[in-house]
Amino acid sequence: MRDAEFFRSWMAATAAAVEREADRLTELDSPIGDADHGSNLLRGFTAVRTALDAETPAAPGAVLQLAGRTLISTVGGASGPLYGMLLRRTGKELGEASEVSDAELREALDKGVGAVAQLGGAAPGDKTMLDALLPGVAALGTSYRAAAQAAQDGALATVPMQARKGRASYLGERSIGHQDPGATSSALLLGALADVAERAEGAR
Amino acid sequence: MTAGRGDGDAAAQQALVGVVLVSHSAQVAESVAELARGLAAGGPVAPVAAAGGTSAGGLGTSAELVVAAAREVDRGAGVALLADLGSSVLTVKALLLEDELPPGSRLVDAPFVEGAVAAVVAASAGAPLAQVAEAAAEAYAYRKA
Repeated sequence: MRDAEFFRSWMAATAAAVEREADRLTELDSPIGDADHGSNLLRGFTAVRTALDAETPAAPGAVLQLAGRTLISTVGGASGPLYGMLLRRTGKELGEASEVSDAELREALDKGVGAVAQLGGAAPGDKTMLDALLPGVAALGTSYRAAAQAAQDGALATVPMQARKGRASYLGERSIGHQDPGATSSALLLGALADVAERAEGAR
Repeated sequence: MTAGRGDGDAAAQQALVGVVLVSHSAQVAESVAELARGLAAGGPVAPVAAAGGTSAGGLGTSAELVVAAAREVDRGAGVALLADLGSSVLTVKALLLEDELPPGSRLVDAPFVEGAVAAVVAASAGAPLAQVAEAAAEAYAYRKA
């Protein structure tokens, strides 16, 4: 079972990964976006870390809902509402239980990814976050590491895709050949989850 | 129920629909608000608020500014929100899904400038939210060439 501390660690590990990779995310966002994905997410997850330190929610669902709300209000770019909805919907699905099972988390994340698809209106293959999140969450049944790997592979697979959503879609065929920044940061989120899960296993 | 120009005193007393303009740029949101107010002038003008740019003054969308603007123009008759693109649209949608905007708030599917003028003109005439949204959406049908 996973408690609120596990989810706080997940968010902190994501914040650390975003901090580490911020320059790379912004670099990926330069040819096909407006070169702010790294700085936007860094601002958002830094605010998440601060909010979680200040409020220390006691339930997994509450941790993710606070994180999601914070992202919606602080990121400033499209990734704010998209990641915000992902975490808020996942948190809402987890409810108020003080501990949740891996199966419950898997189902909740599935709903969260559904909320991202609903909000952004993207389909698989449109060169978006979903191209990492969908395979990632589908592999959660195998293991957290498998999910992280699948998300990473999904992000790499966006390179030959032509963007069909967001600013990158205005570039048409010229969006081909670039890795999608949102799919890349989505892989960081699932990578952080795998790291935290493995750390928890090691501590047992 | 309709509340058109001909409803006399009752319409004058009735609360007007508020309009919020959400843009990536503070200047764009402010300027379009000014344009729409100017073109709607001639009688009472519906409350219009601009929510442009990030809280730090950069290009982007601030959920806080959007919520504050919606509250500012809410007179109880509903709030029509128009957004330019990308994060502006997604932020409004996320706020609606999360019930963080006043009751009766609605994202209007319309071109930003033309839709804003149509929405403010209709709202100023006392049209209810559905008609304000319709007037704004009709701006898509106006061909320029």
